[in-house]
Amino acid sequence: MTFTEKNTLIFLVVSALGFGVYAALVLSRAQGVPLVEVAYAAPMLWTIGGAIVAGIVGQTVLSALEPKEAREKDQRDRDIDRFGILMGQSFIVIGGVVALLLTMAEAKYFWIANTLYLGFVLSALVGSSARLIAYRRGLPQ
Amino acid sequence: MTVTRVTNSIRALRFAHQEMTQADLATRLGVTRQTVIAIEQGRYSPTLEMAFQIARVFKVPLDAVFQYPD
Repeated sequence: MTFTEKNTLIFLVVSALGFGVYAALVLSRAQGVPLVEVAYAAPMLWTIGGAIVAGIVGQTVLSALEPKEAREKDQRDRDIDRFGILMGQSFIVIGGVVALLLTMAEAKYFWIANTLYLGFVLSALVGSSARLIAYRRGLPQ
Repeated sequence: MTVTRVTNSIRALRFAHQEMTQADLATRLGVTRQTVIAIEQGRYSPTLEMAFQIARVFKVPLDAVFQYPD
């Protein structure tokens, strides 16, 4: 497993865990309260911030464990990275368009914010998964 | 799993060149060993530039390294 492949795996796990913790926090606060009235902003900001910090810590630890020459990216890493970005970016667009439509429909802020967050998370999960599959099975022709 | 129709003789060429290891070839090409493995197994098509570099390492023409069946 190359350095960038391990980094991708860390990013995938951190993204999934971050969203999982957020969803659990919001749902636990929704006991007897309508979902749209749950205070979601603080858990969202903390889990996004926590995921960023966890990702940086994970990459720093990985960098310290790997020899310098193993940390260099080659052409295949760059090709796979571009493929992952391409696969993931559609979910950011979908999230943005749905959030736009929700805004026009004057939906609650809860749904708009969570749609955008879900778009980012799906983009990260799909992009990372596509990269890991490409590392194992090769890039589609 | 092979994702390209391009086949290659890198493994045979390595053994014909003092049993060059994948790591040695990777060092000469400036790529990771995993990339050499992926190319050998047909899971990754190298750029044209890298293909020429591989041929140059073995001192053979490009079509002695890579083949494209009819």
